[in-house]
Amino acid sequence: MATPVDTSLRSATISVVVENEPGILARVVGLFSGRGYNIESLTVAPVEDGRHRSRINIVTSGTEMVIEQIKAQLDRLVPVHRVADLTQQGPHIAREMALVKVIATTGDKRSEALRLADAFRARVVDATIESFVFEMTGSTEKLDAFVELMRPLGLAEVSRTGVAAMARGTRVI
Amino acid sequence: MSTPHHPAAAEPATQSGAEILLRALKDQGVEVVFGYPGGAVLPIYDAIFQQNAIRHILVRHEQAAVHAAEGYARSTGRVGVVLVTSGPGATNAVTGLVDALMDSIPVVCLTGQVPTHLIGNDAFQEADTTGITRPATKHNYLVKRSADLARVVHEAFYVARSGRPGPVVIDLPKDILIGPAPYTPPPTEAHRSYRPRTEPDAAAIARAVALLKGAKRPVIYTGGGVINAGATASEALRRFVHRTGFPCTSTLMGLGAFPASDPQFLGMLGMHGTYEANLAMHGCDVMLNVGARFDDRVTGKLAAFSPHSHKIHVDIDSSSINKNVPVEVPIVADAGRALEALLAAWDADPSGPDRAALAAWWRHIDQWRAKDSLRYTQSQSPGAIIKPQYAIQRLYEITRELQRETFITTEVGQHQMWAAQFFKFEQPNRWMTSGGLGTMGYGLPAAMGVQVAHPDALVIDIAGEASILMNIQEMSTLAQYRLPVKVFILNNQYMGMVRQWQELLHGGRYSESYTAALPDFVKLAESFHATGLHARTVDELDGVIRAMIAAPGTVIADIAVDQKENCFPMIPSGAAHNEMILGPEHESEAAGITDEGLVLV
Repeated sequence: MATPVDTSLRSATISVVVENEPGILARVVGLFSGRGYNIESLTVAPVEDGRHRSRINIVTSGTEMVIEQIKAQLDRLVPVHRVADLTQQGPHIAREMALVKVIATTGDKRSEALRLADAFRARVVDATIESFVFEMTGSTEKLDAFVELMRPLGLAEVSRTGVAAMARGTRVI
Repeated sequence: MSTPHHPAAAEPATQSGAEILLRALKDQGVEVVFGYPGGAVLPIYDAIFQQNAIRHILVRHEQAAVHAAEGYARSTGRVGVVLVTSGPGATNAVTGLVDALMDSIPVVCLTGQVPTHLIGNDAFQEADTTGITRPATKHNYLVKRSADLARVVHEAFYVARSGRPGPVVIDLPKDILIGPAPYTPPPTEAHRSYRPRTEPDAAAIARAVALLKGAKRPVIYTGGGVINAGATASEALRRFVHRTGFPCTSTLMGLGAFPASDPQFLGMLGMHGTYEANLAMHGCDVMLNVGARFDDRVTGKLAAFSPHSHKIHVDIDSSSINKNVPVEVPIVADAGRALEALLAAWDADPSGPDRAALAAWWRHIDQWRAKDSLRYTQSQSPGAIIKPQYAIQRLYEITRELQRETFITTEVGQHQMWAAQFFKFEQPNRWMTSGGLGTMGYGLPAAMGVQVAHPDALVIDIAGEASILMNIQEMSTLAQYRLPVKVFILNNQYMGMVRQWQELLHGGRYSESYTAALPDFVKLAESFHATGLHARTVDELDGVIRAMIAAPGTVIADIAVDQKENCFPMIPSGAAHNEMILGPEHESEAAGITDEGLVLV
């Protein structure tokens, strides 16, 4: 019978193991742009060096039907080995790293920035008398919160890696 | 350069990349290549010159090479092969590649490329072919090392024909073609990542059969996937439809998988489908889709598509399932394998279908059929203008009477829909049309490819006078290879489908849809060493059709048809199946078509 279509949006963290070959990233990105899917974050790097494989982590959002489409479309690409929807499969860890530059010359702003960095477990990886660069790893939300806190203290530049993700426990992709 | 992996005793110690390429093609069973030479592929043409195993058909435009390969592939079930040069050769092929992608046709397209050291330098006739064709192909390759060449060719054929078939491009830099390369035979082990599922899940088959056995108003809706699954799949479909006693309809792409003359066939469904097919889809309680993809030309308005049915969807491509229409029972499998499994499960289940309900459903369908939604009126008085439907009906009847093996290709537009409605196909692989992409100019080169594969068959391109001009240069190829293709033009001097939409949707403002200064098609045929015929009135029609078929060579038959004729029935864009517009023949009895439905037009 006419199944009511679920129109609510959900976020999905999808990991894809691909053959490490030229053009594979363009293929994945082209799939998303060509079919009008969202990309909130996308990371890619070689893993399993000896077997020429890379892992792509994509954070996307859409209705349940669209997310199922995204997975099916990824899965039919010739160089794709495996597709896993970490959000759907259960508890998982999603982390990204950010470098955050703060330009602060006054003592109170400098000490407040350092205090907050300490509270967020961000490391100072570069410092001058006018600036800091903090390195911080954590969930996207935690990084967002830290960046917002730095804004009034002289936030000058942010560089983020995008999300790397993995299932908790013994389950592997 | 590494030494060959295989010490093939009788082979010369080193072969060039071009020679290795041809050897790999030969090992893949390739007999014919459709191509056009140019600077970057000269080494391949030199190798072709020095062998006899593979025949080359010289087209007049690269787009036509791909359509010809599509026609070859669709009429034989084999992979079609194209060879074009770099830059403009490759870009000209793109329309054909997208056409093959949309219609799931297995094609391998070899493109030349500038030498590897010049890639990225904006060299003469350089284009980023893999970049351009990435969304136009199922997969593509750039061969940058001679050692990869043979392996990539074998893999390309595997990818093109496996799972949901499609076009694959291999971009070949000139230095790879010239330099020595090792040969590797086709692999025996499975592909490392691409292994499409073909066997259906037994639990899903059981759920499907349970739904089908309980159906009171079932319909079987089939598509091009059945054709692509091979002749055995069409045969399994026939057995399944007869075993169940269910009505069967088909998409444009699926015509011929089930015989059009069979009483259980409802005709084509969709935008220009029959009244009975569309109303059966709308009113059914269980729908079995085999190898079709719920295309917008089939579903119409999605929210109102078959609102009361349990849906079962068999598709080899899991991304086609739940893409447009949510289904209850997805079955990812080869259409033929799934039909065999359905038959076995149907027979194993002791319960019978609800025969009383089925009989009542057929009575309903027969009432819809009685409407005769394809009806038109042809005046038989001498000098009467020819109705396009009548021209195709007579073409069909005369070919059937002559009992020649007949293949039909079409261009795109009204003539295409009339051909689908009035030419009845009894077997698969006899009907080639551009369904998904809707490429005007497809039919003539596709007919060329079909005729190359079936030299003794009757191959007819049912065309419109606008579409035919898009690849008319291929008349020259037909002449060169003496391919006796018959071009049957329904000439209404308009881009008929554009004119029809302008009449129905744009207040009759016929903006740029009339072609002034059309060529004299008889003289055009003659200038290409072919025979030109024309029919102006209904009394001339049969004679022209018979003369066209009897002529030993290529023929263009220019049939002047009623300019004002529209293609009905029609489900306007964005309307539901039960908001179908019937033709003027039915004006007085347009029950079921509400004012609201007419406003939607």
